[in-house]
Amino acid sequence: MTRYDLVVVGAGPAGLSAAAEAAKAGLSVCVFDENAKPGGQLFKQIHKFFGSKEHRAKTRGIRIGEELLAEAAAAGVEVVLDAAVLGLFAERELTVRVGDEVRHVKGDAIVVATGASENMVPFENWTLPGVIGAGAAQTMMNLHGVRPGKRVLMLGSGNVGLVVSFQLLQAGCEVVAIADLAPSVGGYGVHASKLARTGVPFYLSHTIVRAEGTDHVERVTIAEVDASVPGCVFVPRSEKTFDVDTICIAVGLTPMAQLLNMAGCEMKDDPARGGLVPVLDAYGETSIPGVYAAGDVSGIEEASAAMIEGRIAGLAAARRLGFLEEGAFAEAVAAQEAALAGLRKGMFAPGNKGKVFEATDEGVPIAKNLLRKGFLSEEEAKRFWLDSRVKPENDNRYSGVHPVIECTQNIPCNPCQDACAKGCILVGADITALPVVGKPEDCTACGLCVASCSGQAIFLVNEDAGDGFAEVTLPYEFLPLPESGQKGAALARDGQALCAAEVVKAAAPKAFDKTCLLTMRVPKEYAQTARFFKAEVGA
Amino acid sequence: MKMKDESMDNTGMRIEAHPILDGAAAPREVAFLYDGREMRGYEGEPIAMALRAAGVLVHRYTKKQHRPRGVFCAIGRCTDCVMVVDGQPNVRTCVTALREGMDVRTQDGYVAREVAS
Repeated sequence: MTRYDLVVVGAGPAGLSAAAEAAKAGLSVCVFDENAKPGGQLFKQIHKFFGSKEHRAKTRGIRIGEELLAEAAAAGVEVVLDAAVLGLFAERELTVRVGDEVRHVKGDAIVVATGASENMVPFENWTLPGVIGAGAAQTMMNLHGVRPGKRVLMLGSGNVGLVVSFQLLQAGCEVVAIADLAPSVGGYGVHASKLARTGVPFYLSHTIVRAEGTDHVERVTIAEVDASVPGCVFVPRSEKTFDVDTICIAVGLTPMAQLLNMAGCEMKDDPARGGLVPVLDAYGETSIPGVYAAGDVSGIEEASAAMIEGRIAGLAAARRLGFLEEGAFAEAVAAQEAALAGLRKGMFAPGNKGKVFEATDEGVPIAKNLLRKGFLSEEEAKRFWLDSRVKPENDNRYSGVHPVIECTQNIPCNPCQDACAKGCILVGADITALPVVGKPEDCTACGLCVASCSGQAIFLVNEDAGDGFAEVTLPYEFLPLPESGQKGAALARDGQALCAAEVVKAAAPKAFDKTCLLTMRVPKEYAQTARFFKAEVGA
Repeated sequence: MKMKDESMDNTGMRIEAHPILDGAAAPREVAFLYDGREMRGYEGEPIAMALRAAGVLVHRYTKKQHRPRGVFCAIGRCTDCVMVVDGQPNVRTCVTALREGMDVRTQDGYVAREVAS
């Protein structure tokens, strides 16, 4: 039997964070993971993360994964891969299968960070090859460089469904539609908007009726669900059929808490957390002393929150074993708790699940078109942009290039504020507050705010660039990158072609981390409606 | 190479260029057998990826109702993608690395499916 101060189960964001934090305090730490590569789902997250500086906001998940692995390695953490933990027994003993051998391991403390598994919905022919989890699509394209299919329908408009849909577009797949049984978009509005403006249609209050195909998916039919009737009753003649080769399912996650349950931890069924979860104290300790849980296994949340929970559990394990004194522990935990509290505020906070908001914290009525169709209506965009707090009528400070921020929900995120060296953009101390363009006249058009916005919701607009034209700069993360002089169409927020457009500039300096800033010239009257560029076919 | 399913165009399933991800270091292409005929894939990638890139979607047929199954979770959890690999049934092809010369067969129930040679 091998003995460690701390054994961590799962080398994802929570587990690696716990391991690194404990190892830095001096514990001997071993992490077991059943996968061939460490990092959990982080290496599939190619988008920029939300949050604040301390949450590594505006950094892509893949880079956070690399940093976390390096941090753990530098602290002396041992990571054993292809190692499935089979059981957790009395006195914190574990059995681990490594290859064909079963090893016996003991930890004086244990952190279980096994994450979550994807939920599924059955429908006619749901077992046909080509029906896959959204996570499978992410794994195939972002880890292995293989497209799951060419034409995809996404079921689920939560953040996973939205983020994976965008990644499918980036991988060169076509997303024919996003359907969701719920009446409104479940994930961040900014994630939905960046899909809608490329032309992806949203079908809310819709779900899949059936898949069709002889030995793989060839077609899918969705239909509207009658919300006035309990259960899933389809509205007559509301069926829509799409030719697709792939159906992606993103209907939520369930904590993988089996190990904790079998070990005898006190559990509770908590729908808000995604299912059966362990009962934890403030530092992640279960009802079994010395056994901790962190990350999605204790309740479904974002990776950023999982990493903080992991660090708190790692610190608690260090205190338990005498590696951290009470004072140092309290100080370190307070910092982590403050960071966690920052993430758990706003409309999408864990406590607000299912809650319907009528107005933002600032008192602006919420954008309902965004929730129903995935994009801001012109009136809604004006409501947030021309709000008296932002741009009073006839304010000539907006005569040159200035940022237009289409961020209309209270989500925990503030890189735009930090990005602007001139202090033009203000979020304030509360990171869920809507950003305000405070000093538009100071904008130097550097573009750092556009590239730093994880929701791709910031545009630079020059409403009068001369000769009757306006210039709109937008974030662009697709291939091929348009070149200056290239002609095409400007698309509106709903993805419909508005007018002819010409690329003036396309730049992707290193500081933008692969986000290209594309500036297009459009007739003046489209300055506040043109939000995407589509190259001419064959151009 | 003759595709399993003529109704689908399965060329171009590999992502040659990506706006965010840099490609992996040049992978080594290796030959393996799929239901007795030669196929090519990248050494070390999951068998299921090599098959998807080559247009194979059906990995097995269920024992009782003979319904087709393929990749579903791609992380070794659901076991829908199991095949007979080098004579061993129930191998999770989404988490088993491809090696040169592997003998990969469609699984029918618990055994390799008979293929006309």
